Amino acid sequence: MTLIAGKRTFRELNADIRTALETQNTVCVESVNGQRYIGSGLDAGKSIVLHGTPGNDMGAYLNGGKIEVFGNGQEAIGNTMNGGEIVVHGHVGDTLGYAMRDGAVFVEKRAGSRAGIHMKEFRQMQPVVVIGGVVGAFLGEYMAGGTLVVLGLGNPQNLPLVGAHCATGMHGGRIFLRGAFSQENISENIAVRELTVDDRAELERHVKTYCAYFGADEAEILDVPFHKLEPLTARPYANLYTPN
Amino acid sequence: MAYQPHHNWTPQAQKEILKQARTGGVLLSGMSNNKPYPIYWDKMLLNASQVTNPSIDPLREPMEIRTYLGRKPAKLEFHADGSLKTKLEPQVQLETPILFSAMSFGSISLNAQKSLAMAAKKLGTLFNTGEGGLHPALAEYKDCAVVQVASGRFGVHKEYLENSRFIEIKIGQGAKPGIGGHLPGEKVTVEVSHARMIPEGSDAISPAPHHDIYSIEDLRQLIWSLKEVTQYKKPVAVKIAAVHNCSAIVSGVARAGADIIVMDGFRGGTGAAPTRIRDNVGIPIELALAAVDQRLREECIRNSVSLVVSGSFRNSADIVKAIALGADAVSIATAPLIAMGCHMCQQCHTGKCNWGIATQRPELVSRLDPEKMHLRVVNLVQAWNHEIKEMLGGMGLNSIDSLRGNRLMLRGVGLRERELEILGIAHAGQ
Amino acid sequence: MFKREGEVRIPSGCAIAAVTDRSGTCFGGAEIIDCIALMHDRSNGLGGGFAAYGIYPEYKDLYAFHIFYDNNDARVQTEAFLFRHFDIETFEQIPTRKVKSITGSPLIWRYFGVVPQSKIKKNDFDEDEYTARCVIRINNTVPGAFVFSSGKNMGAFKAVGYPEDVGEYYMLDTYKAHTWTAHGRFPTNTPGWWGGAHPFTLLDWSIVHNGEISSYDANRRYVEQFGYKCNLQTDTEVITYLFDLLVRRQGLTLETAAKVLAAPEWDVIDRMPPAEREICTALRTVYSGALINGPFSILVGSKYGLLALNDRLKLRSLITAQKGSKTFFASALCILRRLRGTVLLRCALLRQRRQNRLSGRRQMHCVPSLCGNLPDARH
Repeated sequence: MTLIAGKRTFRELNADIRTALETQNTVCVESVNGQRYIGSGLDAGKSIVLHGTPGNDMGAYLNGGKIEVFGNGQEAIGNTMNGGEIVVHGHVGDTLGYAMRDGAVFVEKRAGSRAGIHMKEFRQMQPVVVIGGVVGAFLGEYMAGGTLVVLGLGNPQNLPLVGAHCATGMHGGRIFLRGAFSQENISENIAVRELTVDDRAELERHVKTYCAYFGADEAEILDVPFHKLEPLTARPYANLYTPN
Repeated sequence: MAYQPHHNWTPQAQKEILKQARTGGVLLSGMSNNKPYPIYWDKMLLNASQVTNPSIDPLREPMEIRTYLGRKPAKLEFHADGSLKTKLEPQVQLETPILFSAMSFGSISLNAQKSLAMAAKKLGTLFNTGEGGLHPALAEYKDCAVVQVASGRFGVHKEYLENSRFIEIKIGQGAKPGIGGHLPGEKVTVEVSHARMIPEGSDAISPAPHHDIYSIEDLRQLIWSLKEVTQYKKPVAVKIAAVHNCSAIVSGVARAGADIIVMDGFRGGTGAAPTRIRDNVGIPIELALAAVDQRLREECIRNSVSLVVSGSFRNSADIVKAIALGADAVSIATAPLIAMGCHMCQQCHTGKCNWGIATQRPELVSRLDPEKMHLRVVNLVQAWNHEIKEMLGGMGLNSIDSLRGNRLMLRGVGLRERELEILGIAHAGQ
Repeated sequence: MFKREGEVRIPSGCAIAAVTDRSGTCFGGAEIIDCIALMHDRSNGLGGGFAAYGIYPEYKDLYAFHIFYDNNDARVQTEAFLFRHFDIETFEQIPTRKVKSITGSPLIWRYFGVVPQSKIKKNDFDEDEYTARCVIRINNTVPGAFVFSSGKNMGAFKAVGYPEDVGEYYMLDTYKAHTWTAHGRFPTNTPGWWGGAHPFTLLDWSIVHNGEISSYDANRRYVEQFGYKCNLQTDTEVITYLFDLLVRRQGLTLETAAKVLAAPEWDVIDRMPPAEREICTALRTVYSGALINGPFSILVGSKYGLLALNDRLKLRSLITAQKGSKTFFASALCILRRLRGTVLLRCALLRQRRQNRLSGRRQMHCVPSLCGNLPDARH
């Protein structure tokens, strides 16, 4: 089933999407024009395909469902996502995957600032964000778990792979960076390490999926060396306070 | 050697310096502001009726304290057949204007939180999960739960949001305005980790601000995302600390779409806050409330949102005064904790609470029996309810609706002109 | 120096009465003067007044402004304003009779006028709203002028004195109305200001009121959010504005407005059938600031009809009776003794009240409006 978003309000559009998904598992929406909250809380087994530019908070609280966007995304995609998958054939704005707990986000091209902040993991819940292009400042700030991958593909302007203050306050999870990056953009208390065998296996899995979605060359991507960022301590602020 | 008496360099001041010289740490305290700032509740007096209008005896006349929270339209419209045309936003019915403030599982024990949940259910009011998620053991109390969404989004997912009476976005807290929450890893036990959905022993860092909120329109975005995901069935509240510019902030929050605004004064409690912040940041809730209520009225939007205030309500008279200043309801935390045994030692942050309240140690937690303790909380609130009714009756009112914003019922004592002006009340004798 | 209404809040006790002919037949003012005179002891000579509906049939489509002036300057200034904002068809001093006990009279004038079409087109509101704003503007800005009546085909008449003397003074026996209300005042202070006497009016609304409401400031602060200014600080003023807001501006019926001001109790609402419960719950939650609390009995005159309303606990006396096509309301039963063949509705109400008390419950007595006969009636 195909819906036309056009200039309709987010409330109307989202109500229609929800109604459509009561009787079927997939709905396609054409000419999306900044409508917010599309697919928020979408449950497992349901999927939405979007053409155009979905608005902020797309896939917020995503609950196992899948959203695929043919076009660019705006801010706060996958906010507080609890599971499922988001695939964006284009760029995305700031705060991608804020506080996401599980599921995967694949962005073909660049992402803005504060991607993957407050990402966390819990038992079998292991969130993954793969960004095909470069990424802005504050990547993985306060990150507490999960995996962030930045590939830096298609960067004609030669922008830095990651912006300033990468991984500030990070106390869990891992960030895989492909190719060279500026050490001064990486925060203190972060270790830059070689990938272990397990890390490499995980990375290859994510790259494979990325290539399957966007038709990139897997071998070419993996040919460039990767580094892994991880916190030096899981308790960066353990000694900050004195009981009074 | 004993400290020499000094008016300025008190023993406490010297001790704190020595502690910081030893550790290099930020001083951390529990409970609430312990400095002798003015307590405006004690400088306002209530009215009672004599002759020109009668007082009402709550023992034999109906005396209503039922309170509804939620967004209200400016007017109701009806169809020609008399049925209601206006569709109301979801409303929360409370049988008392007293709610329990946010206290997460982590900052307090599960037994303490369960006692509040049980009491809330019996009293027809609500408890608040704080930002610690809702423990499965409390699932049966979901209809009297306020679930909180703070910057760390701990335990926040669709089902959590749906398992609530309303959702509260925490922007700030009176005990530590501008400062986030930080639950140290040693308090993240298996159970706590389960409710917060983070690994055991890891720090739960929930900084100020929300990193998806850098302006009022971003707050609007979060408010509506919560409404969308719960399909407009849950009111969304926003909690802020009472700070200098709170009237403008609250006005913005109301316009951003919040259904309920919770404002926490500088005497609000906490499990842990930097001492300096706790004792020096924020403003008294009395002044903040008066200013906010007046501002919202001047902007003609007071009626559209509910206003809940918190920050050290010690007794029912404080509550009556708050409602007369303009609050819809108040939220209490320290008082029910005292009812459960708290002795105000202000050492919550150590996690060694003797009373099984602010601790996760099993041997201490087991000292607090929810079956017994919830009854003490019920007793407390029922006693306050009755006192509120007595005071209402004395003023010649038989519904709390007629007290709300009724500032003629208040007179100041020992207050300066400017304070009276901000509180919007006359001086005693006027 | 005593302060006037507006400078200070003055509680007062009162007597109120009303007579209406449901057939729409107009009758003289003697009857209402008799009624209110019988309740002489409920007032203290510091204020009396009447409202009469149907008295200006020849000008029924014109706004009738009754205005007090402290001096001629106030008159000149007000007239300049009035002539600028209305097409005034005619104006005159309101005729009065010499009555020994009525002294210190201001200048009392009346004006009949329409709102020029050009004003309505220019502004974004209707002629009632335009007129209400003009009245409020005169009362707030012209020193020594007070518009005490501004409806169509109706008028208020009031003064400092006992109501029966006030009726005599204004020669009310010479007017014919289908509905009369009256008020005798017992203020606890002696402002001696004619404008402070009742009824309080705005447009067609006139309110006479007995009691002191305890919810005053909650009601004031509620209604002021909608652009009203309670300058006189009187209960009657705030109640008038509440009715104006709910009925004229928001389109509720008089009966629904009564359910807002004297709302059913929550446990009564809880027992209602679902549809009714939904409506009453919505009314109480949305209009909680308009709930009037404390003892009151009020008589509300308007183009929508006459409404008599008691507080929820029935703390003020108010009785009603019917004779032929006439319905009477009053604070005291005695006024009805002279009316032979009267059906005394109060007995029925009393019985109901006793039953309610036996079951531990009192009830508000809301007598619905009797406006079926009136030309502009809504329902």
